Amino acid sequence: MSSFLDYAIPGIPYGCGFALLAVGLVLTFRATGVFNLAFGAQAFLSAFVFDLLNQYAHWDQPASFALAVLVVAPGLGLALDRFLFRHIPTASSTAKVVSSLGLLVAIPEMIPIIFGGRTRHRIGYLWLSPNLVYFHLGSTPVNGADIATTVITLGVVAALLAMFRWSAAGVTMRAVVESRRLSQLEGVNASRVAAGAWALSSTLAGLSGVLLLSQSNSIDPTNPLAFTTLLVAGITAAALASMESISVALLGGIGLGVLENVLVKYLPPGSVLATGFLPSLPFAVLVIVLLANPRLRHIEQSSDPMASVDPPPPPPAVSTRDPRLAAPMKWGFRILMVAFVASVLTWVPGNWVFVLAQGIVFSVIFLSVTMITGMSGQLSLCQATFAGIGAFTAGRLAEHLGLSVLAGALVGGLLAALVGIVLAVVVSRVSGLLLTLVTLAFAIFADNVLFQFSWSGGGITGVDVPRPAIGPLSFASDRYFLVLALVILAFCMLLVVLVQRGTVGRYLAAMRGSPGAAASLGINLTSTKVVVFAMSAGLAGIGGALYGSAEGPIASTDFSYVLSLVWVVVVITTGATTVEGAVQAGMAFAVLAQVLSYLPSRLDGLEFVMFAFGALTYAKHPEGIVEYQKARWLARVSRLLAAWDARHPGSGQPSLAGSGETASAAPAGSVELSNG
Amino acid sequence: MGDHAPLLDARSISIHFGGLRALAEVSVQVYEGESLGIVGPNGAGKTTLFNCLCGQLRPDNGSVSFAGRPIDGLPSYRRARLGIARTFQRIEVFPEMTVFEHLMVAERARRGDGRLWKDLLNLGRPRRDELENVEEMLSLVGLSDVAMTPVAALSLGHCRLVELGRALMLQPRLLMADEPSSGLDTRETQVLGDLLRYVQRERSVAMILVEHDLDMVARVVDRAMVLDFGEMVAEGTLREVMANPEVRRAYLGRGA
Repeated sequence: MSSFLDYAIPGIPYGCGFALLAVGLVLTFRATGVFNLAFGAQAFLSAFVFDLLNQYAHWDQPASFALAVLVVAPGLGLALDRFLFRHIPTASSTAKVVSSLGLLVAIPEMIPIIFGGRTRHRIGYLWLSPNLVYFHLGSTPVNGADIATTVITLGVVAALLAMFRWSAAGVTMRAVVESRRLSQLEGVNASRVAAGAWALSSTLAGLSGVLLLSQSNSIDPTNPLAFTTLLVAGITAAALASMESISVALLGGIGLGVLENVLVKYLPPGSVLATGFLPSLPFAVLVIVLLANPRLRHIEQSSDPMASVDPPPPPPAVSTRDPRLAAPMKWGFRILMVAFVASVLTWVPGNWVFVLAQGIVFSVIFLSVTMITGMSGQLSLCQATFAGIGAFTAGRLAEHLGLSVLAGALVGGLLAALVGIVLAVVVSRVSGLLLTLVTLAFAIFADNVLFQFSWSGGGITGVDVPRPAIGPLSFASDRYFLVLALVILAFCMLLVVLVQRGTVGRYLAAMRGSPGAAASLGINLTSTKVVVFAMSAGLAGIGGALYGSAEGPIASTDFSYVLSLVWVVVVITTGATTVEGAVQAGMAFAVLAQVLSYLPSRLDGLEFVMFAFGALTYAKHPEGIVEYQKARWLARVSRLLAAWDARHPGSGQPSLAGSGETASAAPAGSVELSNG
Repeated sequence: MGDHAPLLDARSISIHFGGLRALAEVSVQVYEGESLGIVGPNGAGKTTLFNCLCGQLRPDNGSVSFAGRPIDGLPSYRRARLGIARTFQRIEVFPEMTVFEHLMVAERARRGDGRLWKDLLNLGRPRRDELENVEEMLSLVGLSDVAMTPVAALSLGHCRLVELGRALMLQPRLLMADEPSSGLDTRETQVLGDLLRYVQRERSVAMILVEHDLDMVARVVDRAMVLDFGEMVAEGTLREVMANPEVRRAYLGRGA
């Protein structure tokens, strides 16, 4: 028993870190409806600032704490509210998740830009030193950090609970959670309450970040996502609490910390269970909680009695283009393509040919985002994992069986599609936020476990995916590889367009519009979702194999889950609903990275920040900011053409409205007819 | 009518939401070609009953059979394929689609024709017979004028017609219309009532109509039942049930 306690007791302060994150997640979600994925990044920012002031600028602890946790953190929370979330209170939960995803990508990338990218090894701590053992519980030494973390966490959570129960501010916040609109009618300034909730939850994030400092050995501003396991554990504890109960979130967090510590003791060290099962445990627990907690099913359904006064979400821009624009656009595109291929084969410098080839390969991968997010409206955060499956399969098949890379890419795509089917079947009963979180858990699992094996992405040298060859034709040079990739891209685009215009695409549009109505027509939502998941995963797999082939030796880090987040953000920014959007995203992503590489190295990652800020516009322009601007310009040209028609009657062709008129040839009136 | 087995036979449907008893032992029978009106105050459980019948809610107790076959375990899309179509109290349209596309999706769904490989081989284009079906429905519900308009740009009255046309595209044996006149003006209600009566009489589609507008109920239904607080309080012709003292109490308050 005492040996059990030896392992369980250190789990308590460890779990307190999870608990604070979970409490903050629950608090933000309850008060604002935003599942704030950027929470870990916010925690990291405060931790980083605290450490910088305390260890490098030699401020004393209270001053560093005050600035990092009591000024920077709530300031960030208020800024997020003021400039972002206040403007989208009625947006769909997907839109809100996308916004927080943009922040999750942007905040960490901005830290090295602002503070420099040097890894710092002197680590500060809050209140009591982790190097001093204050007393022993049984035979377990308890150091200062353990005491500080536990006492502060319990104190803060108790204060929060008391505030919600007894203080006027707490009661107001609960009223706003129940119904934002009704409380406004009662004279409550709901916007101010929401801003308060953001400031409060952001402070909690900052506090948990600073408390967790004592658990790290160094602080690397270029890799703040080392906080990943924290995020997973925080989400798990929050999900255990059904995103509702602050006290359950606290207990869940501590429980997870204890569980992890105890399992380390009881699993035989070095066994398959310890090396394979233990690292995957947090993800397994998260997925099980997400899928099995029935109270989570309804978290996205508004219980607000006045929800129906909300305006509907913004419809995508209706592309009213003049039919006369079709031919010039078509021919313009063809000429552009011929000029592009000719240029690439002749005068474009070698390093740029490589960049453009990368862009084309990215475009193939990004088509998978178009399918899953643009067409089915689900946000999948594991597309890099599917790409990795395709790449590693093609590489290993080429290595061991000497299989041609193109055949390997097909097999890889099929394998990724199979994994996609399994995943889709697992998540078939949930959608929206829960599905997004399950895919995120899967991506982090693949990153930490699946791709670490020597037969997949592990090993020291990485996996070599050779350049393809068809018979005597070799595509080893960048120029020829680019042309081949272009052909594959065109084929994949064609497939996506066919699905989009076909029955499955229409079913998906119906599901996006109203799942209930789609089911009432006899559309099988589950099988449609599985089909689109499979095809999307297959495209990502093929794209991933091409990516591996373009890059040379690849390793698990090339398909880290962070990349999934970045890719989704990039595609959503440029336009997730059209195949052009995917190509724009792919080219922009590769070209921008190359252009920015001419800037000082401190600005590495600036392209992520740019795209992430673009994604913040998603709630207003779900079709993507580039597609939105394109539609606006086309509408403007169409209006000009219409105005020209009006001034020169008789010269114009029938405009788009004409098709509507032909359809009305059989006039209405059948109802009157039936009266007789 | 009574000699045949009912088309829809729901027996002793009960459902609770937490502590709230939404439906208690409600039984509904609808015969082929018949139209049944369900009336009752707001919150009486009418829409909940619809959701139980079409499979969007699972009742705690009771059984539903359709055309002589139990359908209790079937999800709503399977029930739709058997011929149960519905419209919604709160409009449920697909905002990105035109009216034409709404009907085309329903036509495709009726044929169960959503195969990925067909799309990939470009076999997903509308065929001539499908176009004819859609155009016939457009003119029946009087929406030919706005066929190519995205529904986001249509009025509520038009959207109700789109829902009705979409439901009828399934060529249902039973149509369940949930407060189709809610939010419509007198003229629009008139048009909709005429349409419902036409569909039910001429195409002999059985119908369950939930409605507050008693004029419309009187014109469309053969038989009515009254729900109050999740219980069925009366059944019979509309005149009979409205004369029932229980019903008058439910509608007019305890003092009546």
